[in-house]
Amino acid sequence: MKVLMFGWEFPPFKSGGLGTACYDLTKGLSAIGTNVTFVMPHASDKEQAEFVKLVGTSNLSKNIKIKSVNTVLTPYMTADQYHDKIQSLNGTSNSKEVYGKNLYEEVERFSLIAPHVAKEQDHDLIHVHDWMTYKAGILAREKTGKPLVAHIHATEFDRTGGNPNPFISHREYEGLNAADIVIANSNYTKDNVIQAYDIDPEKIKVVHWGIDPENPHYDLNYSSALSDADKLVLFLGRITIQKGPEYFIEAAKKVTEHVDNVKFVVAGGGDMLPAMIDKANELGIGDKVIFSGWLKGADVHKAFQMADLYVMPSVSEPFGLVALESMKNNTPILISKQSGASEVIKNALKTNFWDVDEMANKIVNTLKYDSLYQDLKENSYKEAQKFNLIEPARKTLDIYHEAVGGLKNG
Amino acid sequence: MVSICFYFQVHQPMRLRNYTIFDIGKKEDYFDDEKNLEICRKITRKCYLPMNKLLLDLINKYNGKFKISFSISGVALEQFETYAPEVLESFKALAKTGQVEFLSETYYHSLSYLYSKDEFKEQVEMHKKKIKKLFKQTPKVFRNTELIYNNEMANYVEKLGYTGILAEGWDKILGWRSPNFLYKPKGTKNMKVMLKNYRLSDDIAFRFSNKGWNEWPLSVDKFSKWLNAANGDGNLVNLFMDYETFGEHQWEDTGIFNFMQQLPEELLSHKDNEFVTVSEALKKYDTVGELDCHQMLSWADLERDLSAWLGNRMQQDSIKRLYDLEKDVKATKDKELIEKWRKLTTSDHFYYMCVKYFSDGDVHKYFSPYDNPYDSFIIFSNVMNDLIIRVKELNKPKKRSKDVATTAITEQTRT
Repeated sequence: MKVLMFGWEFPPFKSGGLGTACYDLTKGLSAIGTNVTFVMPHASDKEQAEFVKLVGTSNLSKNIKIKSVNTVLTPYMTADQYHDKIQSLNGTSNSKEVYGKNLYEEVERFSLIAPHVAKEQDHDLIHVHDWMTYKAGILAREKTGKPLVAHIHATEFDRTGGNPNPFISHREYEGLNAADIVIANSNYTKDNVIQAYDIDPEKIKVVHWGIDPENPHYDLNYSSALSDADKLVLFLGRITIQKGPEYFIEAAKKVTEHVDNVKFVVAGGGDMLPAMIDKANELGIGDKVIFSGWLKGADVHKAFQMADLYVMPSVSEPFGLVALESMKNNTPILISKQSGASEVIKNALKTNFWDVDEMANKIVNTLKYDSLYQDLKENSYKEAQKFNLIEPARKTLDIYHEAVGGLKNG
Repeated sequence: MVSICFYFQVHQPMRLRNYTIFDIGKKEDYFDDEKNLEICRKITRKCYLPMNKLLLDLINKYNGKFKISFSISGVALEQFETYAPEVLESFKALAKTGQVEFLSETYYHSLSYLYSKDEFKEQVEMHKKKIKKLFKQTPKVFRNTELIYNNEMANYVEKLGYTGILAEGWDKILGWRSPNFLYKPKGTKNMKVMLKNYRLSDDIAFRFSNKGWNEWPLSVDKFSKWLNAANGDGNLVNLFMDYETFGEHQWEDTGIFNFMQQLPEELLSHKDNEFVTVSEALKKYDTVGELDCHQMLSWADLERDLSAWLGNRMQQDSIKRLYDLEKDVKATKDKELIEKWRKLTTSDHFYYMCVKYFSDGDVHKYFSPYDNPYDSFIIFSNVMNDLIIRVKELNKPKKRSKDVATTAITEQTRT
């Protein structure tokens, strides 16, 4: 099975979960002997330094060829981040149209190159990741006639809290419709796709993510003066509407009314960061909430390891790989029920994202009762070991066979 | 001769509602009346009423030859009184036949024996009184919560005046010996222990509807053959199980009711067989040897130990906090508060915190009204914290009238 894969980012050219997901998937596929050629936009060294979390690619086997397309694209994952980036480059623009137009151009350029790459690269199947690459996949298929598998890691509805950018959601709709098979990373995402785009449920397969067990940072067991002095509750991710940071701050306020020695760490950046800083101050817990900005590499793991509890209050989380990362770092988790992760993780505290009281209730008890904290920690760590890269890769390979077989028979 | 002893355990806990930190000091109603009512009604419909009727019909039909024994927890009886009086009536009707014996247990289906002998004694006494009042008989045989048992326990229970006790017929304790005899618990004078034949009991209670079992489907004919084979390997087959087996754990469509309806006829067709109640079994047979059981034995899991209730930190922590409060709760002399505390002693609250089944994904084994073991702990913990506040409040030395008056004035000025 030779796979031609179109992606938007790949370590070290990555900014978010999509890059990790593509890296993990191709690593898993490679381990079970599947050849993948990964096509992605090229990024300059300057961009890499600012955005990229470095994960060594040296231990990838030769089954994966990284093919860079010569465009001026920078690595980004969402329209929001692209917007941030454009703003920081141009300094002034606030208009969504500006970034929309630029983004459109970049995606278009990538798409137009796709058929040429497809012609050069021998393959049995085309696999595309999220809306940026869907058109590339469609055009490549037109050229080669190979089956198209469209992976959906997050819908535009997830990212925007239900206010999609019409251009992006249209691209999603086209790609998902055109695909022979759609892979969703959770039943939660599958349901969202059916609801938003009326895609035939029969052709949507669910492959839950695993996590790479080989990461040297997991065993750091890091602590610091901060974590020695106080209990720490961590939020880590983009500070955007999708991730529900305001619910975290509101819960934090309630927790401080029950627990004295506690600090809240908000790690990450995003358009809601200034509002969240204001909110913490308004609620009178400015001294209890630490905004750390984006963390990179080992620092991410250190943050998990310092924390007593990781909270993922996402409003809509297609999967939430970060929850597994926390468990791997031996830090128990509280996650929203509006997440794919909550479908597969058992040893976790779970609440609805909007239920701030329940969130505070669970945080307070975890901080106050060592028995709960220890049992949760021990069992979630144990459970995290069940997740790996082979299982999702095997399921994906089965889907490849089905797609290729389906095309031959049909 | 093989005597067959059917013993059924009837129990329903008082489940807690989702009590959060924000309720502490504000809400006194810990128990989820709505959910308890709903579950009680459901099991009444599926199990208690149809099975009680089936048993009553069998008793009438065989006219003294079919007998059974029950243990019904006090918390279950209370719920029948409130939510399902017709169930209570049907148990009374069974009692009146004279073919049904009721056993002693702790009123609250608690683990009190392990944490407070005083409380244990009180709960056993409470339960005895309740049974006497409702069914007009005084229990003579004791069964501890979840069949938790060891030498010391048997000796303790003998001192309370019982002549018989129930336990699991577990191979690791018995060795080569058969569970189908009576044994004398080590150190006791006249005590007899009745051991559950777990293979035959579990054929009905656990395996009956299991299509993956190579003996499925289980017919009365097949089961009788197995049971008759005990002839020669003992004289008493003890079939102990949860009463909710019938209609609730094994649904009606599995054929469990038909099975039970036909079983007595098939068993009695063998002239060597007879049914006995627990006391009749004790009277009829002598012990054949001594049973030495140091470790705590239960009828749960493959381990037959206490790990389902006390296996993890959450469970140990909660139960310790609960019994640490015993003295102070009782010092309040506040009946209602003491009753609430006692309802928290029910073993199910700790079972809900058990992670092992939950983690293994064995959903069938993890019966819980809550989403997960951690939620169960949090709810229990919050309730405990409220109880602690109330106990402290009531145990405060009474203020002199002058202080009270001053406080009242201060309150007034503030508002």
